[in-house]
Amino acid sequence: MERYELSQDLARDILARATAKGASQGDVVMVEGDSFFVTVRMGEVEKISQAGEKRLGLRLFFGNSSASASTSDISKESVERLVDDTAQMARATAQDPHSGLPPAETLARDLPDLELLDEEARGVSVEEKIQIAMTVEKSALEFDSRITNSEGGEFSNNFGRVIYASSHGFSGEYQGSTFGHSVAPVAKSNGSMQRDYWYSSNRKFARLESPKSVGEKAAQRVLRRLGASKVKTCEVPVIFDPEMAASLLRNLSSAISGYALYKGASFLVGKLGTQIASELVTVIDDGTIAGALGSRPFDGEGLPIKKKIIVEKGRLQSYLLDSYSGRKLGMESTGNASRSLGEPPGVAPANFFFAAGGNTPEDIIKTVKQGFYVTELIGFGVNLVTGDYSRGAAGLWIENGELTHPVEEVTIAGNLKEMFQNIEMVGNDLELRGRIAAPTIKISQMTVAGN
Amino acid sequence: MKQEIIPAATFFDRNFGVGSRDLDKVLATALGKKADYADLYFEYRRNEGVSLEEGLVKNCSQSTANGVGVRVLAESKTGYAHTDDITTENLELAARTAQYIAQDRRPELPVAVGKVKGEAHDLYPIKTSVTDIPLERKVTLLYEIDKYARGLDPRVKNVFVSLGSEYKVILVATSQGLVVGDIQPLTRLNVTCIAEEGGNRQVGSFGGGGRVEFGFFVDAKDYERYAREAVRQAILNLSAQAAPAGTMDVVLGPGWPGILLHEAIGHGLEGDFNRKKTSAFSDRIGQRVASELCTVVDDGTIPSRRGSMNVDDEGTPTGRNVLIEKGILKGYLQDRLNASLMKMPLTGNGRRESYAHIPMPRMTNTFMLAGESDPEDIIHSVKNGLYAVSFGGGQVDITSGKFVFSASEAYLIEDGKVTQPVKGATLIGNGPDVLTRVSMVGSDLKLDEGVGTCGKDGQSVPVGVGLPTIRIDGLTVGGTRA
Repeated sequence: MERYELSQDLARDILARATAKGASQGDVVMVEGDSFFVTVRMGEVEKISQAGEKRLGLRLFFGNSSASASTSDISKESVERLVDDTAQMARATAQDPHSGLPPAETLARDLPDLELLDEEARGVSVEEKIQIAMTVEKSALEFDSRITNSEGGEFSNNFGRVIYASSHGFSGEYQGSTFGHSVAPVAKSNGSMQRDYWYSSNRKFARLESPKSVGEKAAQRVLRRLGASKVKTCEVPVIFDPEMAASLLRNLSSAISGYALYKGASFLVGKLGTQIASELVTVIDDGTIAGALGSRPFDGEGLPIKKKIIVEKGRLQSYLLDSYSGRKLGMESTGNASRSLGEPPGVAPANFFFAAGGNTPEDIIKTVKQGFYVTELIGFGVNLVTGDYSRGAAGLWIENGELTHPVEEVTIAGNLKEMFQNIEMVGNDLELRGRIAAPTIKISQMTVAGN
Repeated sequence: MKQEIIPAATFFDRNFGVGSRDLDKVLATALGKKADYADLYFEYRRNEGVSLEEGLVKNCSQSTANGVGVRVLAESKTGYAHTDDITTENLELAARTAQYIAQDRRPELPVAVGKVKGEAHDLYPIKTSVTDIPLERKVTLLYEIDKYARGLDPRVKNVFVSLGSEYKVILVATSQGLVVGDIQPLTRLNVTCIAEEGGNRQVGSFGGGGRVEFGFFVDAKDYERYAREAVRQAILNLSAQAAPAGTMDVVLGPGWPGILLHEAIGHGLEGDFNRKKTSAFSDRIGQRVASELCTVVDDGTIPSRRGSMNVDDEGTPTGRNVLIEKGILKGYLQDRLNASLMKMPLTGNGRRESYAHIPMPRMTNTFMLAGESDPEDIIHSVKNGLYAVSFGGGQVDITSGKFVFSASEAYLIEDGKVTQPVKGATLIGNGPDVLTRVSMVGSDLKLDEGVGTCGKDGQSVPVGVGLPTIRIDGLTVGGTRA
């Protein structure tokens, strides 16, 4: 079977074919990419994987009913079947007055160049990639004699292309790349064994942090966990390190997703314009930052990407919406449509972060007489409908303003509504290491369960 | 099993023009002169989803994917390449890419890669895949469930129903001459509802499924039970109080709470972590890791179960593997690479999410065998503690052994009686330690309803769990009430 090359022309042809079959509206998403990763363990290459993929997704509307489908088989016969199947499915779904594409006049016109692709880095050799994975692991292993084992060092890269076209006349595409390296060292001492992890990730190869420093950071992180123990059950101030504070932002982004809100499945239903957090909290969603991991020139429905203040000094100013969830709530899309091929749109933040505060992490720790500095959270104990929060945690105990001994096998619990209100300090250590990022934050009180 | 091999092999030949001579040629390229082993994994997968919310079936979706992964093993190294364009040219290219790993291997260290023994099973001989049932029947079912659930209690404000089904054909061809295929259907039906009373909003959820036909849900109207359970849980949570915090005696109900075994024990017994000695269970075979009351097995051969497979994703027939026998650690879960390097037998646990993923040792259906205690007696034996009967997800830190799992339905036990419902709380413990605290095991072993998905290293696979009622002496409960 002959395969098509992916192109905006192909996308428009598919939409024309669907319109001829009676579809009133439709859109096509296409992605293609090359991915590579290598892992090394204890100084030897363990796995190398290389692959290419292409996928095509179609969504069709017949009046107010719709359906979606996708395929990895981009041949003439398969694409024709995709149109027919999608049309047939759409006829079986309900009429939904809120369905449909965003209004044509709101679609993105000028697509900004956001420096998402590092074309030059296609030339980086496999040997060099292996060397990076080797170096990041070696740096961790050599840092301290208690680091005796490793889950491996890794280098990975992705080159991808996204094409989007809709029957409202939008047609656009962009390319992007991501590079990353990481290491997971294992340390042992007096019968205690611990693993930790550190990483660097960037759209530009040359902007990755040095593998040596990432390895050292991973080593420091695992060493400070050795000899951890439980603490007595208590109510104390809890400080989240930047990675863990970012997990609270993930919870926030889910709770302000238009889909959770119109379904009544969020503790923030009806809270727009109200004080949902302490005055120290400002949260921004900005998909326009050049070179950032979450940036893109248009969203999953062809709408322009904006910078938005989501929470301003504690007041909830914006939800995260696509056009469907927006209509359900009587609002306009915020340009946050995200697409999984073969599915209707969902909502996701772009680059989503807490604005930095004024205190150094050390200053924040100094304010705590007795408390918990959290560096790891595990489990799924977050109920977004009620805000109830209870997760497994590990970290360091704080006594008289100093980090003392490591802690594990405890939980921290509270309710997100109160936790956001009780943020009483925000650090100045914000770094956009991922799409969702935060500085150190302090919550005045949570329940720590242990012995 | 013969009837299974032929359709899968014919399927890829007919649809992609890749015949047995092509397979031999590609495997020869992949193996080269220096590799120990090579295999090809062909996959065709069709997924369909139908969902209902706000009383409307708004979404139907479908996706089709096919591809092939080529794997080369040389010592402890894995070379992997995959493509979604199945042609003999692309297969050759992928084989040469995967070969890269064997370039600088040390020829003096050949690894004996374990050979498959035994025949594949025939555990889910279905006539009609759920993906082939007319869409209209599924849509009608979802409307029926919605109406039924809303009729159960006026406090039910919204109902979400989803029916997801998958039809997957796989074919594994190895450099040892094995060619084995399987057709793996998988379906799951879920009901979630939100109940509201005086501004208090709570959620309840229930579902089930397996490698089953559509009749599994509709013949005995089992979907009504799913709806009743989801509604019951949401209504119950309306009156739930804050959960306690601290260490207390915990009774786990039968069935899905077996997620405890999956997190606390199962992951730590996967061969990869033990070969690398990064598991809290490394080098502990033959040692006591649980009380004498505990026998834990992983069994991929239970008919129609979500975690069962006729062969694993490396072509090895699945098995019933005893992990812990009367408290003593007996064995690990293996894939081909780790079994070979550890010189242990294959257990049929080499699994992968898709052709785009490298196989790893994974669980199938993991459960504890029934004991002799009456479940009622187990509850009566606890003076003050927690009785947890339903859970959301769990997670484990393999190296430190610390695991969590979060209750979605739990009650206080006061003076030996189940009393007040409490809000979901996370339970946390230490894997190598928690089963040593099991002081009673009930006679009521139950397997879960068929909803579990396990994530490891970015790969998701369907799994099952099971448990009789058990008592654990002293487990940390992560509520808010200190």
